[in-house]
Amino acid sequence: MSQKYIGRSTAIAARLLGGEMMVMSAADSTFFTLNEVATVIWQAADGRTPLAEIIERSVCAQFDVEPALARADAEQFVEELAAHGILLVSDRPIGEAA
Amino acid sequence: MTLMQEMNERALELGVPLGVHLDITYRCNERCVHCYLEHDDHGEMSTAEIKDVLDQLAEAGTFFLTLSGGEILMRRDFFEILEHARKLLFNVRLKTNGVMIGAEEARRIRALGVEQIQVSIYSHRAEIHDAITKLPGSLKRSVEAIRFLQQQGLKVTIANVLMTANSGDHAGVQALAKELGVTYALDPTITPKIDGDTSILDLRIPGAELNAVFHNPELVGNVEEFCAPPPPPGDDIMEGLPCSAGHTAAYITPYGDVFPCVQFPLPSGNVRRSKFTDIWQNSPQLLQVRSIRAKDLPVCSTCSHVGTCTRCPGLAYMEGNMRGPSTADCEKSFQRTGIPSANMLQKAGMAPMGPLIQIQVPIGSS
Repeated sequence: MSQKYIGRSTAIAARLLGGEMMVMSAADSTFFTLNEVATVIWQAADGRTPLAEIIERSVCAQFDVEPALARADAEQFVEELAAHGILLVSDRPIGEAA
Repeated sequence: MTLMQEMNERALELGVPLGVHLDITYRCNERCVHCYLEHDDHGEMSTAEIKDVLDQLAEAGTFFLTLSGGEILMRRDFFEILEHARKLLFNVRLKTNGVMIGAEEARRIRALGVEQIQVSIYSHRAEIHDAITKLPGSLKRSVEAIRFLQQQGLKVTIANVLMTANSGDHAGVQALAKELGVTYALDPTITPKIDGDTSILDLRIPGAELNAVFHNPELVGNVEEFCAPPPPPGDDIMEGLPCSAGHTAAYITPYGDVFPCVQFPLPSGNVRRSKFTDIWQNSPQLLQVRSIRAKDLPVCSTCSHVGTCTRCPGLAYMEGNMRGPSTADCEKSFQRTGIPSANMLQKAGMAPMGPLIQIQVPIGSS
C-alpha cells in the first residue's frame, strides 16, 4: 500500500484555542474546529511525515485508541479537510504547501 | 449556537483577545470630512515593532486580525507586514480606500490569503464621493480597485458611511455594489475624533433620515422585525456584557497604544513599554471595562431598550462616562422603534417608561 502524506494549505487561518484548533479557509470562509486528536494530526501535517507514522507516533501514543480505529478516523478527517482545500494530500512528500 | 459563537464564548471564558484591530498608520491619501483621525505621523511603529506585536498577538491567541488605518498602503512595508501576519496564520481582514490598489496589488493580496477587504465608498456620484474624500478622482480609483480585487476572487465589502453630505445616495451605492457583485454595508455612525473633538458630529444625518433608513426594507430586510418594540429584559440581559470591547477584542494604534476598541479610546497601555499579554491581562482600565454588566449602567439599565440597543460603551466614554448612555445609540433605538430611551426621557424631565405592552398571565390560567 502506498504512503499518504498530508500538508497544511497556506490559504487558511488557524489558531489553537483551549486545546482545539480553529481553522478557516480563506477561499470559502468555511470554519472548522478540530478536536484534540484532529488537532494533533493537523499540527503534525508537515508534508514530509507519512500519515501512518503520524497516527502511530502522535495519535496512538498520546490517546488511548485502537490503531485501526485511529486510522479510519484519520482517513475520514483528512478526506473532509482535503475536500475543503485546507489539507493537501499526496502519495509523495509535499515540498511547499500551496 | 453557531460554531463561531461557540468560539467567542470559549475565548471569553479563557480571556483570549480573539479579534484585534491594528491600525498600522494614521497617514492617508484622502482627507475625509468625517474622519476621526489626525493624519500626521507622530512616530508610528517600525516594521520590526509591528512584526513583534503580531508575534505577541499570535501567542495570545488572536485569530481575527483587522489591518486598517489611515490608508494601509501608505506604508511601504504594508506587504511585508501582511506577509508576516499570514505566516502567523491570522484570519486577515483589510480596510482600505483602494486608491493605491491596482491589478498587481490585488494579485498579491489574493496570493497572501486575505479573507475580506472593506473598501469605503460614500456615493456612486464622483462629485459627492470626491468632495467627501477631498481627493479628485478617488471614486474612479476605488471602484477600479474593487474590480481588480473582485477579479481575484476576493470577498469585498463596500462600506457606506452615511452623513449629511451623502445621505440621499445610499440606494445608488447599493446598486453599485450589486453591479460590482460585492457586499454592501451601510453605517450611519459618525464618531467623535479620537482626541475627543466633537465638531464632526454635525455631519450626522438628522433623526428623520435615520428613521427612513431604518424603515427601508432594501437596507434592513424585515422592517417589522427590525423595528419591533424591545421585549422586556430578562436577568440574562442585565447580567450581559455591553459588547466585546476589552473582553475578546482590542485595538492597537500605530503608536502602540492599546484601547478596548477603535471606538473606545481608553488608554490601557502601550506595546512599546509592556508586552501585549501583560496589558491585556493586567491593565486596570481593561479590568474596569470587563467588570461592567448591563445592570451596572445607571441610566441604560432602566431603559426598555437595554436588551436590544446598539449602545457603544466607547461612544459613551467619549461623552464622558463609560457607564452612561451613548446618545447616538439612544437616537437609533428611538428612530427604529418610536420608543424614547430612558436617557431621552430623563433629559426631557420625564420618568423612564417601561415596555409599552407587558402581559402577565394570571397564576393558574395555563
